[in-house]
Amino acid sequence: MPDEGIWSAQATTPSDIEEALRELLKQQHAKSEAYVPARVLNMVAVVDRDWRGEIYNRLEGVGRYHASRTILCAVEPGRETIDAWVTVSAETDPRPGELSLTHERVVLDIGPRHLKALDSIVDPLVVTDLATLCWAPHGHAEAIDALLRISQVVLVDSINEPDPRAAVRRAHQLVQEAYVVDLAWLRSTPWRERIASTFDPPQWREELGRLKAVSVRHRPDSGIAGVLFFGWLSAGLGWQPGSLVQRNGELFGRASARRGDVELLLQPNEKQNAPGLSGITVETASGMTISLERGTGGLTAHRRTRDGTESSWTVLGASRGEAGILGEGIRQALLRDPTYGPALECAEAMLA
Amino acid sequence: MATLEQRENPLVEGLERLPVHPTTLVIFGGTGDLAKRKLLPAIYNLAHEGALPERFNLIAVSRADIPHDDYRDMARDSIKQHSRREPDDQVLDRLLERMRYVPGTFDADSVYEQLDKQAAEFDEEAGIPFNRVFYLSTSPAFFALIIKKLGEHRLDCHEGSDVRVVIEKPIGTTLAEALALNREVLSVLDESQVFRIDHYLGKETVQNMLAFRFANGMFEPVWSRNFIDYVQITAAEDLGIGTRAGYYDKAGALRDLVQNHMLQLLTLLCMEPPVTFSADDVRDEKVKVLHAIHAPEPDRVPEMAVRAQYSAGMGEGKEVVGYLEEDGVAEDSNTETYAALRLEVDNWRWAGVPIYLRTGKRLARKVTEIAVALKPVPHLAFEQAGSVGVQPNQIVMTMQPNEGVSLSLGAKIPGSRMRIRPVNMEFLYGTAFMSQSPEAYERLLLDTMRGDATLFTRDDEVEAQWRIIDPILEAWSRIPGSLPQYRAGSDGPQEADALVVDSHHRWRAI
Repeated sequence: MPDEGIWSAQATTPSDIEEALRELLKQQHAKSEAYVPARVLNMVAVVDRDWRGEIYNRLEGVGRYHASRTILCAVEPGRETIDAWVTVSAETDPRPGELSLTHERVVLDIGPRHLKALDSIVDPLVVTDLATLCWAPHGHAEAIDALLRISQVVLVDSINEPDPRAAVRRAHQLVQEAYVVDLAWLRSTPWRERIASTFDPPQWREELGRLKAVSVRHRPDSGIAGVLFFGWLSAGLGWQPGSLVQRNGELFGRASARRGDVELLLQPNEKQNAPGLSGITVETASGMTISLERGTGGLTAHRRTRDGTESSWTVLGASRGEAGILGEGIRQALLRDPTYGPALECAEAMLA
Repeated sequence: MATLEQRENPLVEGLERLPVHPTTLVIFGGTGDLAKRKLLPAIYNLAHEGALPERFNLIAVSRADIPHDDYRDMARDSIKQHSRREPDDQVLDRLLERMRYVPGTFDADSVYEQLDKQAAEFDEEAGIPFNRVFYLSTSPAFFALIIKKLGEHRLDCHEGSDVRVVIEKPIGTTLAEALALNREVLSVLDESQVFRIDHYLGKETVQNMLAFRFANGMFEPVWSRNFIDYVQITAAEDLGIGTRAGYYDKAGALRDLVQNHMLQLLTLLCMEPPVTFSADDVRDEKVKVLHAIHAPEPDRVPEMAVRAQYSAGMGEGKEVVGYLEEDGVAEDSNTETYAALRLEVDNWRWAGVPIYLRTGKRLARKVTEIAVALKPVPHLAFEQAGSVGVQPNQIVMTMQPNEGVSLSLGAKIPGSRMRIRPVNMEFLYGTAFMSQSPEAYERLLLDTMRGDATLFTRDDEVEAQWRIIDPILEAWSRIPGSLPQYRAGSDGPQEADALVVDSHHRWRAI
């Protein structure tokens, strides 16, 4: 079992916690010089106290994408003081000639009154000069607004918002102030990669200008992921997006392309268990249809060309699972995807 | 106005994984050690991450007369044993479904006929011409033969798609052999189709040298003879030759590591900034460095090159035998297990800066690093007494095992006196990035499928490397008798000290 340093205190202060962190790091280094603190990213998560354990376990499940220093703020109704637990732990026991990375975890029990100025509590606890990512999976918009003063990146999951319009509006507001990593967007990454890839061979690329209809199937709560996918196509292909309207439980709309309108359809799929998309079908004016569905070992692709020739294959890839998506969200905090913002703007226009 | 077909694909912007044209990969030597340990696991990991082309087929060619299913079973076992991650059975099953096996010897026309037929079936089934990559994971003796046969069977080109051939090292064992092989390869293929692999270049830390040099303004001003005193490149291994006596006793340390990997590290360290990072711009700059290294005159070789063999000593905490007592090694072998060179890059930037290279088996520990020693400061106002004193700064780039960069600086020892000792400022790759580095073969296979040759060695590069190494081998071959010995587990032979030209130059401790 790798060595672990632990400290805890009730009714404590940020400066005491910061001192404890420094002391634990010193102790760890004194035990072995092979212990080296990871220095990649700070992550601040603000959660409901009742779900603290669940979120803690989710963050533990991201494997190698652990933030270097995680500060989990659990909000407990009525609480006036701050209780804190600090651990510094290594991934592995040091082996001769090799280093062992350590990560710091700080769990704070705080009250609602702390949220408005949460940045003043967290600021002394983050590692200076590392990017800071903040995440509030249970709402707590007030805390995120405060943390924006010390964070460069905000993690959101737009499918958690019951109203897609509100989700897009909130993401758009955050985009003005920080870099936004949206898990709903990341869930559609393999689908975007595959559609881009399908039309990449020069003989198919011309078909991108002839798209006639795009339908996206999704888990009922994940419609926003489909709207963002439409937004991505619209921004990439220069479409003018129109409004999406309800029709028989589905969302239907059009986008204006250079050669005519493209029909857009969002269809909830009750059989889909995992959050996100379950299938995409793209039709072109020349009579080609491409569809992608979730399958075993990857996405099942099917193509019918204008002469009626059909072909099916599997696009290989392992499912990342929800832990993998969260890990990917943390990793993306250090990258910059220039396509989310334009896709979000188009999505906002579709939901207007 | 350009049509979409002529334009870049607008949907690839922002994607981390760029599309790769549908590909059929053919591995000659599909049951060999390299295929089992490296290539098949690398292909699986690309599949797992969704990085393979959206349509991908694999055909393995080897002598064993076994059915497709037996090959798939072997491939499954190899992947499970050697993959860097636990395979997902569903992905693995799907990948294996797209594998075919063609049995036969590499000189048999029937092999190429079957290959042609199978690859054509894949194209027909998909309705598009797949790119074809032929990976020669065989003994070098078969490279020319296989390429000749590919040409004879018109498998060297494919209408509507690209054909590429990957050749593993070594590219010849002498300059003459390398020239002959390149001539034979290029009588069938265009250079743009040839991907000579040096897996060292696929390592993240080696590629990081380019980022380190060309993405940081602070190093370029000192990166020249005006500030750099000398450079040391070390590739040390703590292990012996293991079961590779058959290969190693013919090759030796100079061919095994210096001619390829270490000269590649040297070129990355010394090259001028390329105009772009396109394959040819980068390789043009690397070749210029190699051309600036004068091949030694035979009678000058003893002054600039040292070879030795390990004798019995300690390794991995136990007593180990010397090279001449290893299984499969002739008792009068004069193959070197250690080689050290002193080279100079004779150009405006580097003239007069000695570049020391050394590699060896059974050294004190496993480490690959480049140490750049800066010139001492011109005047010292500090006291030297009572401390180890002011040492020239060193920039050390470590490729393995603890990948990173460190900079040694002089710092004041706490206390009332102004005493100085060296301290280290370190960047460790593992602490600063969350991602697990992909295996070198994953990167290089993907680059081959994408047609990006930046990390592959061009014909003139290989030939320029041999022009440096060949005279040394030639000179050594004329000196009979036993080689100097160094004790297993040590830092190498004392004879290497003779290469050091300046009294304040030192080999770094291994």
